[in-house]
Amino acid sequence: MLKQTEGSHAVAEAVALCRPEVICAYPISPQTHIVEALGEMVKSGELANCEFINVESEFAAMSVAIGASAAGARAYTATASQGLLFMAEAVFNASGLGLPIVMTVANRAIGAPINIWNDHSDTMSQRDCGWIQLFAEDNQEALDLHIQAFRLGEELSLPVMVCMDGFILTHAYERVDLPTASQVDAYLPPYLPRQILDPAEPVSIGAMVGPEAFMEVRYLAHAKQMQALGLIPGYAEEFRSVFGRDSGGLVRAYRAEDAETIVVALGSVLGTIKDTIDEMRDQGAKIGALGITCFRPWPLAAVRAALAGAKRVVVLEKSLAVGLGGIVSNNVRTALATQDTPVHTVIAGLGGRTITRDSLRKAFAQAFAGRLEPLSFLDLDHAAVDRVLAREREVRRSGPIAEALLRERGVPGARVG
Amino acid sequence: MSFQPVKFYQTGTFTVGNRLLPDAERSVQANMRRTNSLNSGHRACQGCGEALGARYAIDAAMNATGNRLVAANATGCLEVFSTPYPETSWQIPWIHSLFGNTAAVATGIAAALKVKAKSDVRVIAQGGDGGTTDIGFGCLSGMFERNDDVLYICYDNEAYMNTGVQRSSATPPAARTATTMAVGSEPGNPFGQGKNLPAIALAHDIAYVATATVAELRDLEAKVTRAMEFRGARYIHIFVPCPLGWGHASHDTIRIARLAKETGLFPVFEAENGEIVSVSKIRHRLPVEEYLRPQKRFAHLFSPQPRAQVIAHLQAIADRNIRKYGLCEENAQ
Repeated sequence: MLKQTEGSHAVAEAVALCRPEVICAYPISPQTHIVEALGEMVKSGELANCEFINVESEFAAMSVAIGASAAGARAYTATASQGLLFMAEAVFNASGLGLPIVMTVANRAIGAPINIWNDHSDTMSQRDCGWIQLFAEDNQEALDLHIQAFRLGEELSLPVMVCMDGFILTHAYERVDLPTASQVDAYLPPYLPRQILDPAEPVSIGAMVGPEAFMEVRYLAHAKQMQALGLIPGYAEEFRSVFGRDSGGLVRAYRAEDAETIVVALGSVLGTIKDTIDEMRDQGAKIGALGITCFRPWPLAAVRAALAGAKRVVVLEKSLAVGLGGIVSNNVRTALATQDTPVHTVIAGLGGRTITRDSLRKAFAQAFAGRLEPLSFLDLDHAAVDRVLAREREVRRSGPIAEALLRERGVPGARVG
Repeated sequence: MSFQPVKFYQTGTFTVGNRLLPDAERSVQANMRRTNSLNSGHRACQGCGEALGARYAIDAAMNATGNRLVAANATGCLEVFSTPYPETSWQIPWIHSLFGNTAAVATGIAAALKVKAKSDVRVIAQGGDGGTTDIGFGCLSGMFERNDDVLYICYDNEAYMNTGVQRSSATPPAARTATTMAVGSEPGNPFGQGKNLPAIALAHDIAYVATATVAELRDLEAKVTRAMEFRGARYIHIFVPCPLGWGHASHDTIRIARLAKETGLFPVFEAENGEIVSVSKIRHRLPVEEYLRPQKRFAHLFSPQPRAQVIAHLQAIADRNIRKYGLCEENAQ
């Protein structure tokens, strides 16, 4: 059924169709609309056989999900930013215990300075936590990925994070195709847990493991994620046969067949990148894109194959490994380890900084001309940064960092974009 | 041949294994069909109060629920000594997730059981004082406030024993721990305001709150059994001496626990729906010194010179408990 709706509502409806049994909710922007909608569905009775629990923190949200999942229930929660960090210990625990919880992360920057807008710092900080991480390009895909996430997670007994750009997707009204309950039921079988807290067959879950077996337990987590690489394309294929559209998969190439320059990115910025590519193609530039849908496990072979013909790769990423540069680009470099294709890291859109077609076009043109640095920051106000650094050299008590910078940039509201 | 007359003095006490009582009143542990939920062979220290308390508490809960029980366990001694992989002492479905989230994990289990229409299966969360009064406090309060159908049991040995006896918010004033050493002008744990978790639990107006000690195991069993008659959030705080951390002889665990109660330092009471319904009276009121002396963690109060002021301060705390909870018979005060 086609519907014009907010991204968060689309996701909530998709999650409801997956028949979750326990939902834990704690408010944090920009995720909140999702759990609000689910809470209303549970309270009204529209979503039956589901416990909706208002918890006291994100740490509790993930912990309640852990308990629910271990007791055999299909468990779901959603978070963002600081919330993801606050629950980090439980996030690792959920994957370590092998509990197939599904969680939406409405991607948002991490403070300080506090910032509610979109980038990928939150989920990138958890990239090695043992969860599968899927990134949605638009609201349709965000909706679809949740249905696939329950299927994939429960098959492997691994938790899955569906990452969607905060505000850009969560708060955007778009047309989405909402599946029917029978379609979802045909695709997603009931949850059959591999482990369950059951008085009829008592087991101990989460026992202490020493050096004699810890390596093997961790290896098993890795082996399972490698299995996901094999399952994901098949599940996407099956999804197309049931729902009639392409969604999910490991990676998706755009006009990349003969491309000399391939731009790699995750999430909603792919839309802007594709528009820019179309414009540049019209002017004869051989440029394409590779969208990474599955970031963990890292689809190394698929990325390598997709980038094999490129003369240069530009990784545009919304997160920063402070002291190094790019996170995604380091993964891309691993995939290209046996080739000498130059990989450029372009850090963009941190804390919601608008990524414009104009800026992208300039960066890509620099790449064609061989003038793009290995690491660059899209639309960075170098002059303002330099003034702050100069002042710090002159004045010992230079004051709070963010305030010093804001003074240099003037009224922040006037400078969005 | 001389005979010693047999005294049936156990009658009317909570002494374990009292076969003079009718079946229904006997200790769960005295029953041949007890479940041994925390089975033998675990790695607790000799004289561990927590192992003793957990064994009685969980077996009593199993008895009360017809063996339909699930437990969530905080990180800590109990978790570590009972489950070094690949062995486990637990004969019940049991999960350990983290240090600070046990109450929330139990909430999740209870929610899952409810939605699966298996509400006959009951949920216990358990942890030490650190996992309860400090790091797990937020999750515990949340569980209380929502009135989730969980019995939370705190085994209070008054410090972080698993990590090597560091101070927790349950550590009593003046006690020596690895982070409140018996050095300087005010040795041991400073006198703070304390964090009385049974009182905090009571303030949540939950269905059932009780305290107990391993000196009165029949009372402990009775309280766990009573707790399982209620639905919603419940809390039992069990005083469990730790020979290692407190520096007392391992055969003195029960004696120390009894002294804590008899001095008034640990009030034993029971509350239903926010109101105290019973108090275990002190039988032979003793000065706090009797309790402090056998424990090395308080040794600096007696030598090289006695710290009478500190002992008097602790006595004042005990006296206040006795007044506040009515721990002595009127004529005994």
